[in-house]
Amino acid sequence: MNLFEIKEQPKVYDVVIVGSGAGGGMAAYQLTKAGAKVCLLEAGGYFDPADPKYITQLKNPWESPRRGASTRTRPFGDFDAAWGGWDIEGEPYTAMPGTQFRWFRSRMLGGRTNHWGRISMRFGPDDFRRGSLTGIGDDWPTSYEDYAPYYDKVDRLIGLFGTKEGIRNEPDGIFLPPPKPRLHELMLKKAATGIGIPVIPSRMAMLTKPINDSRGACFYCAQCGRACQAYADFSSSSVLCIPAAKTGNLTLINNAMVREVLTDPNTGLSTGVSYVNKLDLKEYSVKGKIIILAASTCETARIMLNSKSARFPRGVANDSGIIGKYLNDSTGASRSAFIPALMDRKRYNEDGVGGMHVFTPWWIDNKTLDFPRGYHIEYGGGMGMPGFGFGGGIERVNGLYPDKNGNKKKAGGYGAALKEDIRLTYGAYIGMAGRGEPIPLESNYCEIDPNNVDKYGIPTLRYHYKWSENEIKQAKHMQDTFEQIIHAMGGVALGKKPDASTNYGLAQPGEIIHEIGTVRMGNDPKKSALNGWQQAHDVKNLFVVDAAPFVSQGDKNVTWTILASSWRTSDYITEQVKAKNL
Amino acid sequence: MKRRDTLKAISLTSLGMAVLPTTDLVAAPDPKPFKTTPARIPEEIERDKKIMADKFLTVAELATIGILADIIIPADGKSGSATQAGVPAFIEFIVKDMPHYQTPIRGGLKWLENHSNKRFGKPFGQITPKQRIEIVEDIAYPEDVKPEFTQGAAFFSQIRNLTVTGFYTTRMGFDDLGYMGNTPNDWQGVPQDVLDKYGLKYDPIYDKKD
Repeated sequence: MNLFEIKEQPKVYDVVIVGSGAGGGMAAYQLTKAGAKVCLLEAGGYFDPADPKYITQLKNPWESPRRGASTRTRPFGDFDAAWGGWDIEGEPYTAMPGTQFRWFRSRMLGGRTNHWGRISMRFGPDDFRRGSLTGIGDDWPTSYEDYAPYYDKVDRLIGLFGTKEGIRNEPDGIFLPPPKPRLHELMLKKAATGIGIPVIPSRMAMLTKPINDSRGACFYCAQCGRACQAYADFSSSSVLCIPAAKTGNLTLINNAMVREVLTDPNTGLSTGVSYVNKLDLKEYSVKGKIIILAASTCETARIMLNSKSARFPRGVANDSGIIGKYLNDSTGASRSAFIPALMDRKRYNEDGVGGMHVFTPWWIDNKTLDFPRGYHIEYGGGMGMPGFGFGGGIERVNGLYPDKNGNKKKAGGYGAALKEDIRLTYGAYIGMAGRGEPIPLESNYCEIDPNNVDKYGIPTLRYHYKWSENEIKQAKHMQDTFEQIIHAMGGVALGKKPDASTNYGLAQPGEIIHEIGTVRMGNDPKKSALNGWQQAHDVKNLFVVDAAPFVSQGDKNVTWTILASSWRTSDYITEQVKAKNL
Repeated sequence: MKRRDTLKAISLTSLGMAVLPTTDLVAAPDPKPFKTTPARIPEEIERDKKIMADKFLTVAELATIGILADIIIPADGKSGSATQAGVPAFIEFIVKDMPHYQTPIRGGLKWLENHSNKRFGKPFGQITPKQRIEIVEDIAYPEDVKPEFTQGAAFFSQIRNLTVTGFYTTRMGFDDLGYMGNTPNDWQGVPQDVLDKYGLKYDPIYDKKD
């Protein structure tokens, strides 16, 4: 047997899509609905939130021997829907000395939409032109007006709750009713607005009312992270990929680890992709008239950089040499607090939706600050379900306040008094996390590691990423703001305030899992890989529809923009095919 | 799909499943089918099988953990004790699942035995309950501990955290705490009497139904 034999599928698909997350799922949905024969390649296994064999929703902690603690495969807990993680067996990555990047992957149908918080904010008009507004960073080749109709369509197709607020750079959408705030959220809103920090209903992709016959309404178990068996939240598997398959126009290939984009040496056009089947470890290829990459910001860059040929010695569609550069992740910093007023609470079910019912959008003009971009604040707290870690660190709290009888105790302890402390402090904690916009830098990038391959023999990524002073100053501002809010609530901030020695608690690059920018769009083919339609300058039948094309990310978690721009690109492809330009 | 239909559909699937008692989770070697967290991928099942087949803590170590756990969470008027909730079996699993616990827990238990022998001439398991409490009093308050007991206090905090988590992540713990969630419902906000107590009210935007 020839070990290097490549199993070629004779069929030529209209479209081959790599990756089944938000971007790939949306393209598959739109193009199959438009009648195209689509082949969707996913590097991981099949997943359907409604199939009992995948359901962790509504399970109790004692059904996990580790009570829901995290594992290498599920870093966000044993019940989290997403498998893969930061550290996947046989799929390494590296970072240059003195730099770091943590790369989270979900190897499964729906990709990282199985993990995300469903926070669904449109970019505002300013978010597309930060370069010209501030003199630092770059503008998009497109504007809010290009995406606005697609944001509307995504709102209607997928559904999200929120409220019309009329904030100029936080555009309103077509919203379902928001869930009422929990007790600590009402207290947060009162305290924060009292010191000039706005708190408004969050904008998240859960169905507080049914929107069609194929998806249920939210039943408030707070477990969107476990994937919803009623399809009441947005996951790419349940809302896009599975409906795309039902058109009869989709061929889904799971466990397909894509090696490279294949191109015709004469025309320079892409002709298909090659992949390793993770189950039999053999090489395959699949042909398509149009190739769409949506493997995630870093995986898409990796595939393109690995797709070298005589025509494309620097990787496919990389004549500019820009691919891999301008990698950027959200900033993140957090703090938690103990709220004495919430001690000894009346019990009721306040699970709510999975995540916050209110949040703080960016509220300050940066002209008054020493850093150029904003952040939003996400809030946590409440009488949540105990899991691994519950009660941990009680010795840092139970010495702070007197018990029911007015007795102040020594911190720590044991016995019946400790049990009473656990009951008294249950639901009396809050957390807040800032998520901010970084400045994309050419010096932050991923590249092909000259020395390493993964277990499939595919060259791996090497990262080079350092935060700049802009992000560090922003994190400092977050920490100051968190303490102001905590104090306004009459709370006590827990732990030591993060200081300069830890960059003010600024998360490591990659940790917030909002990375974008490695295959940027632009009007100048020398400075960008894609045009404003996310179409490769150098290869007109090659598109990218994940977050790799984005020039910047605002302080808005980018999933809603991935969905809108993938839909927009899908419509463009359909029009171009009809006009016989593709 | 309407919410009540969703609730109906769900009650027929997940909620209808029987819940095993916690003590079954870390099973003794018997021919029962392998059981771990639901909805695993194959590599997770392999790993959990290996963890459950492995042994780390000895019978004597687990006995001492049981004594400590019941000092930390004793039965009271509201709920049972840590050992009644299966805490030692949980800790037995966790130290294999998270190997960073192994040296501190084993070493902490050795510290305790050594200290007990020095102080009372017998290992911790053989001294009187009153003598045990004398030792625990010296290591249970990390902010108020004599210099010679700081390592013991660090160990006790670790056992306390594992015991509290192990207890409150059981049905018994849920009932003790009064946790009422993890069930389909229709969230309509904070109850009025609670709003009144805190002097809070909802913005009229939440009264709009569309």
